Amino acid sequence: MSTVAETQIKLTPEHDARPGASVRSRLQDLLPKIVLAPSFAATIVFVYGFILWTIYLSFTNSKTFPSYAITGPRAYQRLWRWTFESDPPSSWYTSITNMGIFGFLYIGICLALGLFLAILLDQKIRGEGVLRPIYLYPMALSFIVTGVAWKWFLDPGLGLEQTLHQWGWTSFHFDWIKNKDFVIYTVVIAGVWQASGFVMAMFLAGLRGIDGEIMKAAQIDGASAFQLYRRIVIPLLRPVFLSAFIVLAHLAIKSYDLVVALTSGGPGGSAWLPSNFMYEFTFKRNEMAVGSASAVIMLMTITAIIVPYLYSELREKSR
Amino acid sequence: MLRKLLIGTALATSFAFSAHAADVKEVQMLHWWTSGGEAAALNVLKQDLAKEGYAWKDVPVAGGGGDAAMTALKAMVAAGNYPTASQMLGYTVLDYAAAGVMGDLTETAKKEGWDKSVPAALQKFSVYDGKWVAAPVNVHSVNWLWINKAVMDKIGGTEPKTFDDFVALLDKAKAAGVTPLALGGQNWQEATMFDSVVLSTGGPEFYKKAMNDLDEESLKSDTMKKSFDNLAKLVTYVDPNFSGRDWNLATAMVIKGDALVQVMGDWAKGEFHAANKTPGTDFLCYRFPGTDGSVIYNSDMFGMFNVPDDRKAAQVALATATLSKSFQSAFNVVKGSVPARTDVPDTDFDACGKKGIADLKKANEGGTLFGSLAQGYGAPPAVANAYKDVVSKFVHGQIKTSDEAVTELVKAIDDAK
Repeated sequence: MSTVAETQIKLTPEHDARPGASVRSRLQDLLPKIVLAPSFAATIVFVYGFILWTIYLSFTNSKTFPSYAITGPRAYQRLWRWTFESDPPSSWYTSITNMGIFGFLYIGICLALGLFLAILLDQKIRGEGVLRPIYLYPMALSFIVTGVAWKWFLDPGLGLEQTLHQWGWTSFHFDWIKNKDFVIYTVVIAGVWQASGFVMAMFLAGLRGIDGEIMKAAQIDGASAFQLYRRIVIPLLRPVFLSAFIVLAHLAIKSYDLVVALTSGGPGGSAWLPSNFMYEFTFKRNEMAVGSASAVIMLMTITAIIVPYLYSELREKSR
Repeated sequence: MLRKLLIGTALATSFAFSAHAADVKEVQMLHWWTSGGEAAALNVLKQDLAKEGYAWKDVPVAGGGGDAAMTALKAMVAAGNYPTASQMLGYTVLDYAAAGVMGDLTETAKKEGWDKSVPAALQKFSVYDGKWVAAPVNVHSVNWLWINKAVMDKIGGTEPKTFDDFVALLDKAKAAGVTPLALGGQNWQEATMFDSVVLSTGGPEFYKKAMNDLDEESLKSDTMKKSFDNLAKLVTYVDPNFSGRDWNLATAMVIKGDALVQVMGDWAKGEFHAANKTPGTDFLCYRFPGTDGSVIYNSDMFGMFNVPDDRKAAQVALATATLSKSFQSAFNVVKGSVPARTDVPDTDFDACGKKGIADLKKANEGGTLFGSLAQGYGAPPAVANAYKDVVSKFVHGQIKTSDEAVTELVKAIDDAK
């Protein structure tokens, strides 16, 4: 019997035989958790906690300050009504149509341009080391800087139009930034200028990661350059598309500062995005409930786009 | 695991909200007067307080401008950490007073006689529920024309007395190849100009009913339609690049002589002064045609918070110094506005300032001192911004006719109420 008892003790030596080592090893087990706990807690409170808080506020009648008495979905009813007021356009209608135009063009053009530039740079050309940062550097600027620079450049009285007039091309006319129907496209231009270099870098990294053997095999089989990219390279870049899409989608949805710096809202508020709407209503118009409701709708829209995409992409990967 | 997380969270947050001890001999002030002239003017107040032994402490606000300051204030008040006072505008004071966080200066007000010296229209914002909660610093008025005198002489213009005179004057400038009207196409600038247009078109009675009482009959009346038509007329005189321009750039156009006139509040005078221009010789200030005798105002206030008793003495000292005649004169000479009390001597003011002081006194006595809707002194911010939306959409063509504009105006204001 005594031998059994002895072996049992030996089986679990950390627990009571050497207490010093046990504390240390338990600490080592816990260390990653301890290190992560503050940021985890902060995320729980400041991201998810405040999402819940915002949802709660959108069902109250909060004005300047939060009020905690639930009064029903009046804020959503107003947004719903504004969604269909297109003539004259309500601020909310303008914001969501602009989001559609901006999001679609910004993501689409950035992806297309980024891929195109990456393929060109991938042709083993001379001076790549110089060219790559030139395209990449706009990403280092804040949206405010981009916005102000493009505001001056696109202003018909200061920038491009004025310069070309001075050079003698007096019939040149480009006043989109002052035009209520086109101002949102100037936001697209500035946004694409800033982000396409970054997308290019992502694609370039993806292209460099493709196995050269596959390319050689395809070339031996007689694939043309176009076929090579169409059938082999681009399908292989699918994970890069996913990352680029997610980065661009969130940049598109949070681009508030670009609109403010570039257009200060546009003529008659025609350049507003939902984020501008949210800020205006929450902080300037003291309609916190409406602002919260618009924030909730933005969140739901992002979720509706990103979640199915992530789900399908990640499921295929695990297969 | 969850419990550990909760403890961690509690620890983290307790650092963030650590108690904020304030010195009792210190005035904590939240404001956004940080640029040149305004900061210099505020220095006078700092020195006045220093003489009485109170130190001045600015509450730091990241990023200039009133919006950032108001967001910071909201956070401070929500955390229960009140500044001694904060620069505030219009309905914001009343909102905070309704939330029960403002102090009570009634005793000081009685002693200093503010009831009599501060115009009644201003007291609507500085007195809540019979209690003084804010000290007005100045009175701005928005129904002004700022005219470049050299251009005016060149085209042989004279002071326009009616709206038609004004249009004729703008035509003259246009014929002479000068941009007639300098306007910044941002919604608040357009709406600020429209305030004057409504007063000019409908007269004082109408302005009050439509823009302060928000009377629906007035808002959709033919007079309002006529006001929108007049606004449309004025907009035909701006240059094609006006959209989105900042107000001070529009003022610069007048200063340089590229444009004849700007319709803007009297803070524009500060720009003329900064460019070393003198009223009467370099530029002219007239009331917007057809609005002489009335004043559309907005005003900066120092809202006084309900601070603990040991900090109240500093607050009273600040309020008293703010409304002292010497500070009112010294500050407003620089700021371009006029004193918030009607018994301050006008000796130090320039010609435009003297006229402003006289006009304010007359308007106060005659009951023609009205809050500017565009500047948030006619109605709460939700309504004021709905109004700015409609005016701006009309100016930029999303709303096409004056009929549609009044319908939209009534609807938008109803929505925001």
